[in-house]
Amino acid sequence: MKITNLKKGTTWNILNEYFSTIGGLSIFTMEFLKNFFKPPYDFGEIKKHMDELGVKTLPIVSITGFIIGFVLVLQSQPIMIRFGAESFLPSMVSLSVIRELGPVLTALIFAGRVSSGIGAELGSMRVTEQIDAMEVSAINPFRFLVVTRVIACTIILPILCVYVIFIAIIGGYIALILSQKMNFSYYTDSVLASLKFGDVIPSILKTYVFGFIVGIVGSYKGYTAENGTEGVGKASTTSVVLSSLLILLFDSVLGKLTLWLWPT
Amino acid sequence: MADLIVQIKNLSKAFTYKKVLDDVSLNVCMGENLVVFGRSGTGKSVLLKCIIGLLRPDAGEIYIDMQNVLRMSEKELNEIRKQIGFLFQSGALYDSMSVRENLSFPLIRNFKFSKKEVTDKVMHTLELVDLIEAVDKMPSELSGGMRKRIALARTIITEPKLMLYDEPTTGLDPLTTKEISELILDLQKKLNMTSIVVTHDLICASIIADRAIFLKDAKIMYQGTIEELTSSKDKFLQNFFSTDIIKA
Repeated sequence: MKITNLKKGTTWNILNEYFSTIGGLSIFTMEFLKNFFKPPYDFGEIKKHMDELGVKTLPIVSITGFIIGFVLVLQSQPIMIRFGAESFLPSMVSLSVIRELGPVLTALIFAGRVSSGIGAELGSMRVTEQIDAMEVSAINPFRFLVVTRVIACTIILPILCVYVIFIAIIGGYIALILSQKMNFSYYTDSVLASLKFGDVIPSILKTYVFGFIVGIVGSYKGYTAENGTEGVGKASTTSVVLSSLLILLFDSVLGKLTLWLWPT
Repeated sequence: MADLIVQIKNLSKAFTYKKVLDDVSLNVCMGENLVVFGRSGTGKSVLLKCIIGLLRPDAGEIYIDMQNVLRMSEKELNEIRKQIGFLFQSGALYDSMSVRENLSFPLIRNFKFSKKEVTDKVMHTLELVDLIEAVDKMPSELSGGMRKRIALARTIITEPKLMLYDEPTTGLDPLTTKEISELILDLQKKLNMTSIVVTHDLICASIIADRAIFLKDAKIMYQGTIEELTSSKDKFLQNFFSTDIIKA
């Protein structure tokens, strides 16, 4: 339970906010799990959100993916040439993009674009009593608004991540052929030859966790928004901050777990 | 006592440091229109939200159709809610949905009507509130009065037995207030509903009310007909009603 009579900006108030967010988010996640395992599922709404969230994020992740691969090659090429290891450039691009940069950067961009959107949308529905209106109409707003969005985020982020990885590898190739001759089939052979199970599957699997984080944090912040329009703004901003932090935190934990399960 | 639809016994509710309802008891009969008066922040909306189960009281009992809503499971409470309509002060229209989708939403979610039945019901209800031309508009394209009418249409489309109105005429001009109030009364007669109306508006109350109560200091201080309250010798009531002008 949050203590409401603490002075703003004090250490106690910051700690109070911190622990009440952790507690609130944990209870919210439990509520999600309780509803998640209770059919029927609203496939129509899930599909609608997947369309909206996925399609709207596509342009920005396409640009990001291309730039990741392109800049990675531009920056590392001189160093690789210095060490006579330029033939390893395709492997370096694919491993960096697949293991780390692709999943994390896609998730962070997705958090910025989607988590804030969900926070603002649900927050605005909360302060204008639309969520209450659903509840009094005997419709479970949690299932209709939260469960569908979280499922959509969890499904769509891995798909976006695979797409970003593909675009980044293409971006890397384009950067490479600007300065040296390299056959595309040699490039793709080198990319594929350097990959192992432990490089690809765990990286894709962790994006399911990132997608879940983006959906649940955005929904939590929006669903529990209060204090009118100020609360909506706060829900939108804090959704991005909290989901980005959690993505980075879980990336470290899951990265360590991957190395432990599939040592390089 | 068989015709009682709402029975409230010793209801109390407090927020952090303020008691907004203190030992409130109230009965509402089937077909009755009860108006709840009171100054801002005296717990009128809280009373409605406790009845519908949006807020949980600290003490007391609420019976709807002789069933204690505070001891119900979520499923049972939702069954009761299907028989109750709640009109929010802001209308609370779903702003991502068109008027048609707003009205069909509770029908599709809670009942098993065919597509044609849903369309027919939507059009019939829009006809009742005289806004059939707004069927494909978005809430942002509607005026304040139209939003109230559409919100009212969405609430009555499921033909509830009990209607709860939270300040239905706030923010409307006197003419629209009169129109909306007459519409509420008209619908109540046509659909044979019971209504509890929270308002400050004497125009609205004088059109709708069979009986009125006045909340003050978290308790029901006065009750009677509108005429009895407005002609009371009580200094507080005289002050409260003196600022209102009734135009027939």
